[in-house]
Amino acid sequence: MTALDLARWQFGVTTVYHYLFVPLTIGMVFLVAGMQTAWHRTGDERWLRLTKLFGKLFVINFAMGVVTGIVQEFQFGMNWSSYSRFVGDVFGAPLALEALLAFFLESTFVGLWLFGWERLPRRVHLACIWAAGIGSALSAYFILAANSWMQNPVGFRIDEAAGRAELTDIGALLTNPVALVTYPHVLAGCFIVAGATVLAVALWHLVRRPAPDTDPIWRSALKLGGVTAIIAAIVLAVTGDLQAKVVTDTQPMKMAAAEALFDTEAPASFSVFTIGTLDGTEEVFSLRIPGLLSWLATGDTGGEVKGVYDLQVSYEQMFGPGSYVPYLPVTYWSFRLMIGLGAVTALIVLWAWWAQRRGRTPTSRWLLRAGLALPVLPVAANTFGWLLREVGRQPWVVFGEMRTAEGVSPNVSLAEVATSFTAFTLIYGVLAVIELRLLLRYARAGLPEVSTRPAGEDEETADDRLLDFAY
Amino acid sequence: MELTTFWFIAVAVLFTGYFVLEGFDFGVGMLLPVLGRNDSERRVLLNTIGPVWDGNEVWLIAAGGAMFAAFPEWYATVFSGFYLPLLLILLALIGRGVAFEYRSKQDDPRWRARWDRVIVAGSLIPTVLWGVAFANIVQGVPVDAAGEYTGNLVTLLNPYGLFGGVTTLALFTLHGAVFLALKSDGEVRHRARRLAGQLGPATLVVAGGFLAATVAVTGSARAAVPAVVAGVALLGGVAAIRLGREGWAFAGTAVAIGLAVATLFAGTFPVLLPSTLDPAFSLTASNAAASAYPLRIMTGVALVFLPLVIGYQAWTYWVFRRRIGVQHLSRR
Repeated sequence: MTALDLARWQFGVTTVYHYLFVPLTIGMVFLVAGMQTAWHRTGDERWLRLTKLFGKLFVINFAMGVVTGIVQEFQFGMNWSSYSRFVGDVFGAPLALEALLAFFLESTFVGLWLFGWERLPRRVHLACIWAAGIGSALSAYFILAANSWMQNPVGFRIDEAAGRAELTDIGALLTNPVALVTYPHVLAGCFIVAGATVLAVALWHLVRRPAPDTDPIWRSALKLGGVTAIIAAIVLAVTGDLQAKVVTDTQPMKMAAAEALFDTEAPASFSVFTIGTLDGTEEVFSLRIPGLLSWLATGDTGGEVKGVYDLQVSYEQMFGPGSYVPYLPVTYWSFRLMIGLGAVTALIVLWAWWAQRRGRTPTSRWLLRAGLALPVLPVAANTFGWLLREVGRQPWVVFGEMRTAEGVSPNVSLAEVATSFTAFTLIYGVLAVIELRLLLRYARAGLPEVSTRPAGEDEETADDRLLDFAY
Repeated sequence: MELTTFWFIAVAVLFTGYFVLEGFDFGVGMLLPVLGRNDSERRVLLNTIGPVWDGNEVWLIAAGGAMFAAFPEWYATVFSGFYLPLLLILLALIGRGVAFEYRSKQDDPRWRARWDRVIVAGSLIPTVLWGVAFANIVQGVPVDAAGEYTGNLVTLLNPYGLFGGVTTLALFTLHGAVFLALKSDGEVRHRARRLAGQLGPATLVVAGGFLAATVAVTGSARAAVPAVVAGVALLGGVAAIRLGREGWAFAGTAVAIGLAVATLFAGTFPVLLPSTLDPAFSLTASNAAASAYPLRIMTGVALVFLPLVIGYQAWTYWVFRRRIGVQHLSRR
């Protein structure tokens, strides 16, 4: 075990953990904004009650995303200082822009929204949650632009004397085809999580706590969550397909690794699952859809897809001796689990939709059981998507320019990384349990009672009245 | 002005913003058990910073991002070199941020007491460690020809470094007490005012001594000006709180902290991180900087958006300008 190994594990664990919270935050802020807008427009109290409930879940989750996000920024310098020296000129800019343009906006306006109930004029208060949403969506773009540069470096040159990459075209960096195709995919990944979560909470209450006064409200929530999740699932499929073609162009080894395709094939089939050795070198049984991989990769069911062996040979010619093959068991299964779990999510959502058709109230215990898995499935699918993207890039940290092993901090000892890895894992583990308990508790507690104050209250009484929201 | 000079100043401004703003919310966190004698009073303390602490913390993220983008070498050396202190700071900030949000989510005295301890430790640890870290950045650390830090944790715990830690502890505690005097109502306000008056003279001595030591360590005449003005502002702040002028007192401590940060940066300019092994190994605003193109892009963005950020954050403080007392909190 070396400092490098642990630094890689730490990056993996802290990043996956951070991303457990991000999709729900980004998706939910827009759903809450939508609910509050519906209340603002219609004056219907059901939307206010839903806003309050899901706003609470949003904030519980938001806190975790924020604090684990700071670790991400610091970690590049702490564990990956050689990487930081090499890429700072290019990679630093989108991170700095993210803080300045997006994260200030998001954090400041979440604070204003949370504490601003009844303190701000309603219209302004509503604008705050939208501003926070815009901040979070912008933030995602800058981070994805930075990450996409690692997948497909553009708009830069290498300064041999300084031994680093230097930015030459910010426009190219921000319109990197990999970023453009990843962004809608990632945002849809956020919306499917948020939509499925809203639907699951509503479903639980409809089946377990049926009540004539709240049922209509939960039905509204179920529909909102369902429509969101279904649209997101369609966008995911379309953008996933587009992404496969871009990946085939820019990182053919990743595409080959995603299928564990050893020999170049035309047409290439997609295996739904395989029984055999983990890395796919020998297979006992495999369920295959002919031509599907060709279609995903090239848009033509007969298209040629390069295999790992051929690519290894051509990469050696380009970059010199060494292995350029990612860890295939992870890439192969992540690809399948990402798609599979996403598809299962969509099916359960459709089932729930069917169960409430034309005014019916869902009662099925089986549906409820499946529904309880709903928030977890798309989160796991998101995670596998990132595993495919990041593990599939190995051995590179910046594709074609720098290997991950070269990026690690030379002066940080094994003991230091071990200390930080252990500390983060422990504190993250404890916090995960606490957050989950709180989310479940508030989701179960259901719709809060609301009392709306008459508008036009004078300033004098406003001074002594209770805070509408307080810690 | 050269772009590298502009970004040296920009990073200094971002850290100034961070310490002036998060300084008082660290202070409030540390004073939680001192000024809040029961749950309602502790909630008063927490709600004075509730809407703003997260926005304050983004100044750190922005400062870190600006370091990374504008001076990659500096960012890489400092973050990998100050590994364990930064780890402790991160753990503290994680615990503290979660504690603010989760404390009120259960009405159970043990649950709340536990989060209270996290808030105190989570505020105290970064307060002290930021002081230690910045004092060492000013004084210099062993950096080799490759720009790598060659010391360890103990290297940082030298007398001047520790003096820096004591100074931020004193300043942020006072700043927090003054903020509470300005923003709370009732018993908490009176207690905060009394405590700030008591802490004032000692803070003056500590901070005055540290600023004088900084001017001596850097041997920089440029640092003397902000150092003296910072001392005067602090004196004014302490006098004002003793006279019961809370607004002026807060202005005084805020200016004092801002100018103390300015003193540190002015003292080393144009050096970012002096090397104690050989001055030729020091990281400077020119040898650690990014190339001109990204600096130019970010300059444009910073000139437009930083004023905007300051604008909407200032508006946030205006929206939540009212004092908070136990009478504003529903019983939970």
